[in-house]
Amino acid sequence: MIGGDVRGRLIKDIFFKGIVCLFAFLSLLPLFLILYYITKNGIMVIDWDFLFNLPRPIGEAGGGVWNAIVGTLMLIVLSSVISIPFGITAGIYLSENKAGKLSNTIRLSVIVLQGTPSIVIGIIAYLWIVAPLQTFSALAGGVALSIMMLPVIVKTTEETLKLIPYHLKEASLALGVPYYKTILKVILPSGLSGILTGILLSVARITGETAPLLFTAFGNQFMNINIFKPIDSLPYRIFYYAMSPYPEWHSFAWGASFILVVLTLALNLIARGISAKWKTRF
Amino acid sequence: MQRDGAVPGTVPNAFRIMDNQTRPEPGNTDRSEKRFNYILAFSGSCIVVLLAAILVTLFITALPSIKEFGLFFFAGKVWDATTETFGALPFLVGTLLSSFLALIISIPFSLAISVFLGEYFKEGAVSTFLRSSVEVLAGIPSVIYGLWGLFLLMPAVRLIEMKIGVAPHGVGILTSSLILAIMIIPFSASIGREVITLVPGDLKEAAYSLGATRFEVIRSIVIPYARSGIIAGILLALGRAIGETMAVTMLIGNSNFLPTSIFSPANTMASVIANEFAEATGITAASLIYVALVLFFVTMVVNIVGTYVIQKLSIESSKEVS
Amino acid sequence: MENTVLKIDSFSAYFGDNKILKEVDLTVPRNVVAALMGPSGCGKTTLIRCVNRMHELIPGATVSGKMTLIDEDIYAMQPIVLRRKVGMVFQKPNPFPTMSIYENVIAGYKLNGIRMAKPELDSIVERSLRRSALWDEVKDALHRKGTFLSGGQQQRLCIARALAMNPEILLLDEPTSALDPKSTSQIEELFVELKRNVTMLLVTHNIAQAARVSDLTAFIYLGELVEFGPTEKMFTVPKDKRTEEYLTGKFG
Repeated sequence: MIGGDVRGRLIKDIFFKGIVCLFAFLSLLPLFLILYYITKNGIMVIDWDFLFNLPRPIGEAGGGVWNAIVGTLMLIVLSSVISIPFGITAGIYLSENKAGKLSNTIRLSVIVLQGTPSIVIGIIAYLWIVAPLQTFSALAGGVALSIMMLPVIVKTTEETLKLIPYHLKEASLALGVPYYKTILKVILPSGLSGILTGILLSVARITGETAPLLFTAFGNQFMNINIFKPIDSLPYRIFYYAMSPYPEWHSFAWGASFILVVLTLALNLIARGISAKWKTRF
Repeated sequence: MQRDGAVPGTVPNAFRIMDNQTRPEPGNTDRSEKRFNYILAFSGSCIVVLLAAILVTLFITALPSIKEFGLFFFAGKVWDATTETFGALPFLVGTLLSSFLALIISIPFSLAISVFLGEYFKEGAVSTFLRSSVEVLAGIPSVIYGLWGLFLLMPAVRLIEMKIGVAPHGVGILTSSLILAIMIIPFSASIGREVITLVPGDLKEAAYSLGATRFEVIRSIVIPYARSGIIAGILLALGRAIGETMAVTMLIGNSNFLPTSIFSPANTMASVIANEFAEATGITAASLIYVALVLFFVTMVVNIVGTYVIQKLSIESSKEVS
Repeated sequence: MENTVLKIDSFSAYFGDNKILKEVDLTVPRNVVAALMGPSGCGKTTLIRCVNRMHELIPGATVSGKMTLIDEDIYAMQPIVLRRKVGMVFQKPNPFPTMSIYENVIAGYKLNGIRMAKPELDSIVERSLRRSALWDEVKDALHRKGTFLSGGQQQRLCIARALAMNPEILLLDEPTSALDPKSTSQIEELFVELKRNVTMLLVTHNIAQAARVSDLTAFIYLGELVEFGPTEKMFTVPKDKRTEEYLTGKFG
């Protein structure tokens, strides 16, 4: 029997592998271009002034993004404070109740929430907090971001706890330890690294979010630590400067981007590091 | 509570391990225990209530616009705040065009990454490098993509437009599709890679033993087997593209007119909200929220379908492992 | 026509530094069922996977020595050409789930890009399924996917798939160990018919099966070919002490 063109097939085989490798690495090209330009344009701008001073009005040289950095940190704290308790407890509930109508409804809600566009969440926070309080505020921004953090925390908590072997719980219960103490003092600590990783990853995610802040935290040229007033943030500042017509502000945008990327990458790395190093082995 | 009574050989209910049993019940129920469970359940229910509240809020605040424009909202070509005429067709078209174009551009790349990491380089330094790079790509904030696109992609597109002889806006559907494509590659790539690694080794071996080349095994066995997972990954990437706001807002040109070509400036459902909501009042605001409601439903459907397919696949493949 | 189908000369196989097979010499004549038996881990599966060069697909796997199929050096051929001439049936039935029964049988042709007219393909399908005693059971369901078949039927489908390529030699890696006794005996009956047209190399950990179906038996222990000869002789008067101990159940 004629064996179908062997050489042709072998050539196709090598050719295909080449194409796959080519396209795979080509997709990294934008990544390197972005990192390159952020570093190149961003590093130039960064100095003590940039990091620790407030923005100057246009026309005046210099100025910095200190209010944006502080604002970002405040928003992270605010949204974590709101989302972590709910997220972890809901995650515990789901890992303990694998079946049941409530469980499945919660899971479905988490999936839908996770896929909700961030701008829609921004609108919700606006309607719930900005409108009644008649002012843009850090609180509104924090609420919006916490809604975005919630699904990730719930999911990672549930998945981490599900991995914990049943015999651990059994051992504790067999010693007469009440159920809630078993969860809080035995199960939760065993899953700590996984849960922490989930929290850090969700923080990394919201650190760079701008859309939900557009009509909630809104942005603020001045320093503000009052949660009931508008607050600045790194992503917002980047957006504001990037869309402006002033070249000096454009370079500030690159500088702020550099800080933001470093922050996000650091959070991601720490999260992976925790996951690798502190992982409880069973 | 079930009673197994004194049937010999059965485990007393208190110690039986059942999947949906949450805990053994001692003789008296501890009040603090019950309280704890209520707290857990309450917390979980809050999430459901949150979602419901979001839906209700969106619906109620969009109501004036829904009442005024009804379903013709989606056919209306004109979006004009001064005459208070609001038709969302330009944004539907803008969203669909930019998302699908982004999807088409991204698919060859994300498939290549999936096959690369799922078949050719499953482990090792190269694999870790590519995988980490893709993760970094996924972690870069949207506004930074927008910034980069504004200063590096836009001039490039403008150049191309000048060469072809189209109005050199630089911004528009094409530019935002390009940036969207880059942004969604990691999503479909990682899901694709996972499903490809799930293809049972013995199927591939059977194909090799019949004399197939690696390419032929991938083409005829691996991809068909992983097909639903790959499609689910694409769906989830699509959902991401549809809801993406910042990079698109910065690169799409902010025009409320129906786009006439891929070079036209336009707006997507997300970008028009980002651009106009802060200063909108009355029926304008209600119409924007109507748009938000539609956006919400579209992404919800796409995400649920994609997630459902993936869950079904992981259940099936874990059954086979036995 | 050459009477030797497979000649193995001083053949060794390695996983990295680990020597799995040690200078094996074996000659398999035409139209026999040759059984390879030995305790777990002795290298019998590795040996047959070297015949169709599947062994080298694992990273770090190497070989030395010579294997000849009819008159061609196995390790000088293109693997994909070699594997068309050597059929393999695996321990766990593995029909392709995305293909119908019909497509599964001719999968070898499809994958190799060999185009044939439909009538020709139809006859190949029928002939192969008849040879594996599956035709009557599936002839009305050829276009359904093969996953509804029972384990034994799936394995016969895999045998048909391998036979469809008209291989010189059929390698079987414990083909019945995942099957129930009834399917096992059905397939063992097949071997008697099949060997008229194809030579079979059968790996089995079931000594009784080797005794039942094979004409020649090889006993492999710790990577060495201890003994090889006519089955009846080996089972009644084994030449090597280790063979005797294995047959009497002292180990393995």
